Amino acid sequence: MSKPGFASSSIGKKILMGITGLFLITFLLVHCFINSLIFFNDGGETFNKGAEFMGTNWLIRTMEIVLFIGIFAHIFLALKLTIDNRKARPTGYAVVNGGANSTWYSRWMGLLGTLILMFLIIHLKHFWVVSRFTDHITSGEETIFQEMMEVFENPLIVAIYCASMISLAYHLLHGFQSAFQSLGLNHKKYTPIIKTTGVAFAILIPLIFASMPLVMHFGIIK
Amino acid sequence: MSHGNMNLTLKVWKQKNKDTKGRFETYNAKGISPDMSFLEMFDVVNEQLINENKEPIAFDHDCREGICGACSMYINGRPHGPKGAVTTCQLHMRSFKDGDTIVVEPWRSAAFPVIKDLAVDRSSFDRIIAAGGFVNINTGNAKDANNILINKDDADDAFNAAACIGCGACVAACKNSSAMLFVSAKVSQLALLPQGQIERQDRVLNMVKQMDEEGFGNCTNTGACEAECPKSISLENIARLNREYSSALLTQNKIHH
Repeated sequence: MSKPGFASSSIGKKILMGITGLFLITFLLVHCFINSLIFFNDGGETFNKGAEFMGTNWLIRTMEIVLFIGIFAHIFLALKLTIDNRKARPTGYAVVNGGANSTWYSRWMGLLGTLILMFLIIHLKHFWVVSRFTDHITSGEETIFQEMMEVFENPLIVAIYCASMISLAYHLLHGFQSAFQSLGLNHKKYTPIIKTTGVAFAILIPLIFASMPLVMHFGIIK
Repeated sequence: MSHGNMNLTLKVWKQKNKDTKGRFETYNAKGISPDMSFLEMFDVVNEQLINENKEPIAFDHDCREGICGACSMYINGRPHGPKGAVTTCQLHMRSFKDGDTIVVEPWRSAAFPVIKDLAVDRSSFDRIIAAGGFVNINTGNAKDANNILINKDDADDAFNAAACIGCGACVAACKNSSAMLFVSAKVSQLALLPQGQIERQDRVLNMVKQMDEEGFGNCTNTGACEAECPKSISLENIARLNREYSSALLTQNKIHH
């Protein structure tokens, strides 16, 4: 009997999906914390300091690379799993009453993830590309806070950001607790706590993120 | 069998064998009693078809008391129909209304090829069991009962996992055709008991390997399997399977060839 490869086995793949998912969740937490510095409403002074720290600290810069690896691994695994799962049912059902046995967002994680990826491309173009690959920020021409204010002047962009946070919320609503289940961390005492924390995280973090373009667009933060 | 006054339209999947394409055929089920089981309703329809010199509908059934797991019917978009925690033989026609149209399909999974109509080949489950779902014991006189002490909670969890009848509803319900609930029940049942410790690590690795080779899909934790399982096997078993698998892979002190 040959040794089954961890990464190619069904359980190995879901464990990797869970680990990368939890890692991306920790990223969301850090990102949300730093961005929340805009709520000091001091013309972005505190926020810009935070952003500068994130942009120059070697540990953060290293983690940025790990983060991209994590995102690509999460996407690659999702694609691989989706293709394999399609193959596992070559003839589909004529009638499926999925709502009777599972939540819609647990069944549509791939679609929600795709919407988040589309948002991510727009979002990276708005801020990450500008601050890393142009001298727009480093030359002191504009601070990242001013860049945010400019981007969020456009109501269409604000709407895209808010709608994307709804996708993120539902993705997390399933993903948070699902990651623990995949890692085998199921416990009569702790699982209810994990599930409650997951729901709170899935609502709060996207809500805070979505409020940022809104408060800037309507001039509450300036 | 008492006849009743329910009239139903059945849309049933007809397929000659695994190599041919199937299609839906419409049948009228007349004079159905609400007290009949779903399978008895099929018996009435088949009797009528035989009397008319037509081919009856092929479907699996055996015990007709909810313990064999044979009656694999995907009814109106759900395995074993609209009720929770029942098999098809335990589903009664009172769960439907007179005049209803009922769509009946076989379990659909690459690992469960259609034998004929609604009957599917579930020998992939047998091969998973053969890969590790057993314990080695000495033959001879039966030992006295209860001479190995087992923690009550573990005994209960093992018993609940052992309630799995291998019907395949978990695979049928899962949007990914994953057999994870079935395999987890079989692995858990033995991993929780002292008798299952000898083969514990090999068992989980070999059963998961066989499961993957059979072409079942990957679990994404939607929980559809647990909701549709006629024996209410818990998702906790899948978490245990994940744990057993990674710990076996990490700690097994041997080189595979």
